[in-house]
Amino acid sequence: MAEFRLPANSRIRKGYTYRAPDAEKSENIRRIRVYRYDPEGGATPRMDTYEIDADSAGPMVLDALIKIKDEVDPTLTFRRSCREGICGSCAMNIDGTNTLACTKGMDEIKGDVKVYPLPHMDVIKDLVPDLNHFYAQYASLEPWIKTETPTPPDRERLQSKEEREALDGLYECILCACCSTSCPSYWWNGDRYLGPAALLQAYRWVADSRDEGTGERLDDLNDSFKLYRCHTIMNCTATCPKGLNPGKAIGAIKRLIAERET
Amino acid sequence: MRKYETAVSRARGLGSAKNGFHHWWHQRLTAVVLVPLMMWLGIGLALQAGADFESARAWVANPFNATLLVAAIIMLFYHGALGVQVVIEDYVHLEGLKWLGNLAVYFACFLVAVAGILAVIQIVLGG
Repeated sequence: MAEFRLPANSRIRKGYTYRAPDAEKSENIRRIRVYRYDPEGGATPRMDTYEIDADSAGPMVLDALIKIKDEVDPTLTFRRSCREGICGSCAMNIDGTNTLACTKGMDEIKGDVKVYPLPHMDVIKDLVPDLNHFYAQYASLEPWIKTETPTPPDRERLQSKEEREALDGLYECILCACCSTSCPSYWWNGDRYLGPAALLQAYRWVADSRDEGTGERLDDLNDSFKLYRCHTIMNCTATCPKGLNPGKAIGAIKRLIAERET
Repeated sequence: MRKYETAVSRARGLGSAKNGFHHWWHQRLTAVVLVPLMMWLGIGLALQAGADFESARAWVANPFNATLLVAAIIMLFYHGALGVQVVIEDYVHLEGLKWLGNLAVYFACFLVAVAGILAVIQIVLGG
């Protein structure tokens, strides 16, 4: 039957508020509102509010989250590692947009800082989404070089400057999943649709002049669900924290398949 | 039921159908062909505004107009069926219902297109 209400675990209730201990001494109190959910706890998700003295924290949203975990609430759970936008661990939905907490400045956000996990993924705890299927889709692309020709014994597989430039805008992808989890097609059909991140990675190998598996790669992508669920909504490109353009890469795959078929 | 299927097995699923291109390509081709056809149809019908029954009938019976009209009907309903199929595949996740929905859409579009073409033929033949 049709369901007209969100499932219980998608309805968010009001949570706790943690006031800054030395609020009167600070001129820069920021309110961070964070999604909290523990599937094993039995309770439905809630939004907790943490007031922090932003002057005593680092400049980024990740710095604020680390300050909260260190000084206020050690149960707050999130992934983080490199704190410089290269590992992709701290991808989350901040101020309504998927991005990396470590490269999103607190000063870029007006008012309360709202932090949710990446949309439409199962939540493991708080800001940690289940990315198993996302990684498995990446693995299904066989993201490694495929060749018949043996590697030359005395040197690398060479590329011209232009051939190497074809990978610019592709190799920078850190697989943070911001784009795929912003894509409505991935929300509704993520079980079969590869999503913008995996498709950009697929094109990274198709575009590589050293790879000899282009035909098989295009064979595998030529599928109504794997590739053609992309309806050029372009949320992927709008949200990518690395400034990449998965929509363009998907268009390039479609063009190559068209070139082969017509 | 507890599933021990691995994540990669689930991601690979039934593998690639290796034929998604043609649906996508036909949708684009019909869209491009429909741009001039719909412009012609819009202008043609607008010029018949206020005309009497016989004048409109004569416009349809004109061999040039009748040809383009049949072409427009075929393209329009083929394009429509292709488009609604995408919507159904996007939003309907019960396999049986999806299959039935697509069947109903293609049958309905085919039926209406046949009816439209027959109507034009009847007018051309002066029936």
